[in-house]
Amino acid sequence: MAVSVAPRGTLVRNDALQRVLAFGALIVLFVVFSLASPNFLQFNNIVGILLATAVNGVLALGVTFVIITGGIDLSIGTVMTLAAVVTGVVITRWNLPVPLGVLVGLLAGAAAGLVNGLIIAKLKIPPFIATLGMLNVAKGLALVISGLTPIYFNNAPAFNTIAMGSVTGAIIPGFNIPNAVLLFFLAAIIASLILTKTVLGRYTFALGSNEEAARLSGVNVNAWKIAVYTLTGLFSGLAGVIIASRLNSAQPALGQGYELDAIAAAVIGGTSLSGGEGSILGTVIGAFIISTLTNGLRILSVPQEWQTVVTGAIVVVAVYLDIVRRRRG
Amino acid sequence: MDNVVVLMEGITKSFPGVQALSEGYFELRSGEVHALLGENGAGKSTLMKVLTGIYPKDSGRILYKGQAVEIPTPKAAQDLGISIIHQELNLMPHLTVAQNIFIGREPRSGLRFVLDEQQINEQTRQLFDMMHLQLDPRDKVGDLTVAKQQMVEIAKALSFNSEVLIMDEPTAPLTETEIEDLFRIIRQLREKGVAIVYISHRLEEIKQIADRVTVMRDGRYINTVGTRDVTIQQIISMMVGRTIYETAPEVPETADHETVLEVKHLNRGRSIKDVSFELKRGEILGVAGLMGAGRTEVARAIFGADPIDSGEIIVAGKKAPIKSPQDAVKHGIGYLSEDRKRFGAALGLDVETNIALSAFQKFLRFLGWVDSGKTRTTADHFVKALAIKTPSVRQKVRNLSGGNQQKVIIGKWLTANTDILIFDEPTRGIDVGAKSEIYKLLNELSSQGKSIIMISSELPEILRMSHRVLVMCEGRVTGELPIAEATQERIMHLATQRESYL
Repeated sequence: MAVSVAPRGTLVRNDALQRVLAFGALIVLFVVFSLASPNFLQFNNIVGILLATAVNGVLALGVTFVIITGGIDLSIGTVMTLAAVVTGVVITRWNLPVPLGVLVGLLAGAAAGLVNGLIIAKLKIPPFIATLGMLNVAKGLALVISGLTPIYFNNAPAFNTIAMGSVTGAIIPGFNIPNAVLLFFLAAIIASLILTKTVLGRYTFALGSNEEAARLSGVNVNAWKIAVYTLTGLFSGLAGVIIASRLNSAQPALGQGYELDAIAAAVIGGTSLSGGEGSILGTVIGAFIISTLTNGLRILSVPQEWQTVVTGAIVVVAVYLDIVRRRRG
Repeated sequence: MDNVVVLMEGITKSFPGVQALSEGYFELRSGEVHALLGENGAGKSTLMKVLTGIYPKDSGRILYKGQAVEIPTPKAAQDLGISIIHQELNLMPHLTVAQNIFIGREPRSGLRFVLDEQQINEQTRQLFDMMHLQLDPRDKVGDLTVAKQQMVEIAKALSFNSEVLIMDEPTAPLTETEIEDLFRIIRQLREKGVAIVYISHRLEEIKQIADRVTVMRDGRYINTVGTRDVTIQQIISMMVGRTIYETAPEVPETADHETVLEVKHLNRGRSIKDVSFELKRGEILGVAGLMGAGRTEVARAIFGADPIDSGEIIVAGKKAPIKSPQDAVKHGIGYLSEDRKRFGAALGLDVETNIALSAFQKFLRFLGWVDSGKTRTTADHFVKALAIKTPSVRQKVRNLSGGNQQKVIIGKWLTANTDILIFDEPTRGIDVGAKSEIYKLLNELSSQGKSIIMISSELPEILRMSHRVLVMCEGRVTGELPIAEATQERIMHLATQRESYL
């Protein structure tokens, strides 16, 4: 074995490679769909794609953290719904101010994440099982709290503007990008800063890379794991607020299935399911790929059922690519 | 002596079923390289794990610089200035060198939760300069060679201002030049007054680098001597000690039996190097060696569990291209893993299913229907023949004792009609009584004409059971001894024969 190390910069990092591939795929999708249909590149359609990305994207940001730790969170979809319902109850049934409702919604998401974290870190229950349990618990609670009916925000018109108002439209007339999209980008920037610049981000990678090494280095791995799941729950809470605001209602039956699209977005963007690797930029690109694909297929009049088949297949391909990369690496 | 940093006295530690340490004693002085020696299972690693807070001790006391201390956690050891570099490096491959070194105590900037990456890299660079090490703090650890990764671990240990540095088999994965580099760093540290505990099986190396040697055996302290004052032979006899043997069993004359298995020039990466040997019918071939000698790797290669780079396996005079365990079974080779729980038995299934598992096609009728009457009678037969203690053949294997689990696996291979059985540590984790039953069974099998390869780390077991002994070291066969000529000393000598010193 020769003592040689590849000089810096000559080696494209695994996840960076996947990011480049994913970005390339996104561009290809755009080119193909815009050639196939003149409607695709319309401003309104692009806004539609952005809007569709916002909710799934925020969920994907959150789940990126747990996946990098080598864990998983299957409950993000129904926790999102739970947060939406809780927000709805606070604002419409208790008639409390909108900001308070939003805050309680975010906290509900974080609380669910905290419970996930406690169960996983303290009781040593595998994340897959623990969060599968939370998926059903949150789903059930959402139904119970809402009384099985959708909650409409008719008494608080301000709530709808959180997602559907447009700050950009107010500045540049006609440039009406919904706030939901801006919130998503803002959340992505914050998530990226947390992941790359803070202690929490560093330990997120450390847990996924070699948890035992982190523990032996004096890192309180349980505490940080709980923190990561709580953060993921917080993002689910934010997604809940956004989706409720966008639909101007909290739909208690919604939510399940969202987790798979979000996990798919993270994986397509180069976050490794075996932990230690991933980036927010990649997840954002991944989220756009999924919503662009769904949008484009709809424009091409591909039936909804088939859209689901295609996205499912793409997730499997993305995971396979991840495995191939690592086998070589 | 006033420069004693660590003094451990009367340390005991037991695990369920094993007394790992019964009388641990260790004295370490600052500015010395102190080798800790002993056979596998002598208690070296356990003693050091007690010192570094990984295992709590059952009793005994530890003095650090003359003060009695308790070391309940790895963190406590670190705070005292005691660091350990494990055989399996504890690094995070996805993080950079600098991020690894400062994990858990990163310098922060301004806001308390924001990392100061520049500071992390700068401090790492200073550390490397001090060690005269050429390494970029921003390199990802996963991209480095094992040798460099080890340097990262050493740098990390030093960054804690460690005064005691424990290295567990540090040179095992290194090349000659890399070992030279490591020794240079070790000597530098010694100059600075760091006390270094050096655990290694490589005796020549210890003569080269260590000042003193402490030998352990069976969880006990044996002696501490100056490296210059003893020969390697003397160290070896301290390690093996005097063991009283029971009367040697009759060794059947198998030399002129036909050869059932021949392995020629087997190679696989760095773990198997040009291994060749023969196995006769009815023979028990003991394979001795220290941990990491490549014995299990050879067994797995013959069994088709791992691919080989080159070499031939000849079964009953015919070339056998074994590419998978299925191929091996077809050629009549069975492998009993050292890790029964993971590879050997389906613990959640019952005795009957386990026994039938390797030869299910024998029990199949039309359309894959399992002939349960036949599996039942076969299982009953082996339960009786092997004296497996189980309430019924329907009992789950998990609920049996280690020895009986082992017998079930033997029954499985006998059902599959295997003529060549490879036992990897057949008595590990089995209590003494069950051991002698397994021994009896091995002897019976060999007298029935089965050929057995027995890998064992216990020299008394090798000497008691084998008809012939093969010794391995670092992936090579370093010697072959007829049982009449085999002694613990000779085996140990061969087992520590490193390539470069041949």
